[in-house]
Amino acid sequence: MTVMTAPAGSRRPAEDVAIPLKPSRTRADTVFLGTLLVASCIVLLAIVAILYFLAESSVPALRYAGLHLITSEHWAQTGTHQQFGLLGVLVGGVMIAAIALIVGVPVSLSTALLINEYAPRRAKRWMTSGVDLLAVLPSLLYGLWGLKVLGQQIYGFTRWLSVHASFIPLFRERDATYGNSIFICGIVVGIMIIPIVTSVSREVMAQAPRDACEAALALGGTKWGMVTDVILPFSRNGILGAVLLGLGRALGETIAVLLILSQTNVIHLNILGPGGGQIPALIANNFESVNALAKSALTVSGLLLFVTILAINFTARRVVGRPRMALQ
Amino acid sequence: MTMLDTRQVQTPLPPGPDVVSRATPDRPRRRRRWTPGAAWEFFGSVVAAGSIVLVAFQFASSRPWDGMVACWFLGFAVVYGVLTRLLHGVRIAKDRLATVGIIMGAAVALFPLVEIIVSVVVQGAPVVFSHFPAFLIHDMSTAAPSDPVWKGGMGHAIVGTFEQVGLATLYTVPISLLTAIFLSETSNAFSRLVRTIVDCMMGTPSIIAGIFVYLFWVEPKGSAGFSGFAASIALAILMLPIMIRTAEEVLRVVPGSLREAALALGSPRWRVSLRVVLPTARSGLLTAVILGVALAVGETAPVLFTAHGSPRYNFNPFSGPQADLPLQVFQTILSPNANQVRDGWGGAFILVSIVLALFVAARLVGSSRPGSRRRWLRRQTPKEVVPS
Repeated sequence: MTVMTAPAGSRRPAEDVAIPLKPSRTRADTVFLGTLLVASCIVLLAIVAILYFLAESSVPALRYAGLHLITSEHWAQTGTHQQFGLLGVLVGGVMIAAIALIVGVPVSLSTALLINEYAPRRAKRWMTSGVDLLAVLPSLLYGLWGLKVLGQQIYGFTRWLSVHASFIPLFRERDATYGNSIFICGIVVGIMIIPIVTSVSREVMAQAPRDACEAALALGGTKWGMVTDVILPFSRNGILGAVLLGLGRALGETIAVLLILSQTNVIHLNILGPGGGQIPALIANNFESVNALAKSALTVSGLLLFVTILAINFTARRVVGRPRMALQ
Repeated sequence: MTMLDTRQVQTPLPPGPDVVSRATPDRPRRRRRWTPGAAWEFFGSVVAAGSIVLVAFQFASSRPWDGMVACWFLGFAVVYGVLTRLLHGVRIAKDRLATVGIIMGAAVALFPLVEIIVSVVVQGAPVVFSHFPAFLIHDMSTAAPSDPVWKGGMGHAIVGTFEQVGLATLYTVPISLLTAIFLSETSNAFSRLVRTIVDCMMGTPSIIAGIFVYLFWVEPKGSAGFSGFAASIALAILMLPIMIRTAEEVLRVVPGSLREAALALGSPRWRVSLRVVLPTARSGLLTAVILGVALAVGETAPVLFTAHGSPRYNFNPFSGPQADLPLQVFQTILSPNANQVRDGWGGAFILVSIVLALFVAARLVGSSRPGSRRRWLRRQTPKEVVPS
């Protein structure tokens, strides 16, 4: 990210200036540092162990199916001729994540702007609490809401879409059954990524140089002018990182999708009707009931998902730096 | 700032006594939120768009209320945009429309929050309170799906959740505190590596933690593998990065001057960390722990293949399948049987109450500043150091 001077009044405290002093180290200090080192190794150990166990148990399926795992959409986990094609759930997961980003990102950005720039102080506190509470609510409850409440509320809109916009293949729903669809999943997951995108982009927007913002206002600019000409250009990278973090969350969401979606494992392009799939929900649905080979194939999909999400998070970290991401 | 204010530049208050308002030099007069012209434009557009929509839908074949509201909003945006464009020019029009859009966007974000909580309370509270203690105490072992609500309950699931989350907290808190101290007090290649790994692990999908523990612990042990302990490992894997990161942020805010003062007085580094830095950050750390617990309580996916769920009480987390509150809700809510769905809503209500209580507790702890009345949270200053 661009290097800049810490603005006055920023919430991030100025970095302590390191003083090159070496305090003498007692034996107790050495023991203490050793303990700290051991504790930190546990995290490394955890990630290595996860990758190792997933990789080890995905070997049989890789041997059995090879490239068919990602090029085929046929999934038959029982019977004599088992087939493990993940293409359908891969596409489904990407579609859910895409809808989630389309829904979640504008909403998160406007929430971040409202909290940072527009809202009066008291409302600001309440809204921050609200966004934090969204982060703490269990995903099970989002799933329940999507299944039992949102599905009915949005029924009219989905029907309207499928009647009037069916020239777009995504909205072509022939059976006129709406619900348990990728569309509803996408909206619910979009709501679920709001907290992370909002808090990261708020952090980044708050670092926009205050003097430039005030200069824009002092020259007679409107507030929206200040936002588009100072804050957004300045925080473009950070917002990209926030969106990436949101994408990672959206790809990995399990239980809400599992509750809402009626799963199929083939490519399901019609987003308004029941059907479609996604890796975490596929795993959660089948992992216990299948034989060893299918379990191994499910583990391959899990490994694929985990590595993708690690890569996304790593990229986001490179792009955005280290925003404050504390639970508040 | 104000919603519809064209004067973006703050004008200084005129000198002299202000008779109308109770302005003092300490408390300047509040700026008026709505200038009369702006209010007329705003509400005028609302009413105009509303009447256009009402008239237009008289000719339509059906009148869905949600469609009408959507058209009302779109019509309002158009009318308001054109009006302000004509009266004030493009710049102001854009500004006002953007303000409306931003407020609507944030409303979209907070609306589900309210709706989720309200729907769970409306559906679940009657189930819990109609047979008040029974639903919290009984388990599901003797309740057939057709039984009335007082026969079954969520007691076993509550016990399971508390044991699993408690065990997970037991491992996570010391490890994450020590790691956070390590990350905030040292800066070398290894700590940078740990920091990167922690950041990347923050978004671990919960299902991955579940299948990892299944492959690593449950499967090798055969059918006896399912246990609350396995679930607690999975939960700990999810809690660990979040708590480390939060604790590190909290410790980083502790002023360096405190550390330097303690070091200058001759304290060894372990004493500085444990007796100066940690107590100073006490309330922040406690907030982090409480919120981490609140997140873990609601996790369903990692306990699916580890605790596995069970209809009866199992107080021993180290052997045998154990129930878990979110898992129990998940397993009952999809049932076609109305009674089971009802029990699921009751469980969801208990879950929401626990999470909300933890959230409020975290807020109360986090909002206590030095000097507030919550004395036990503050760092105790030794008496003899305080100058009289």
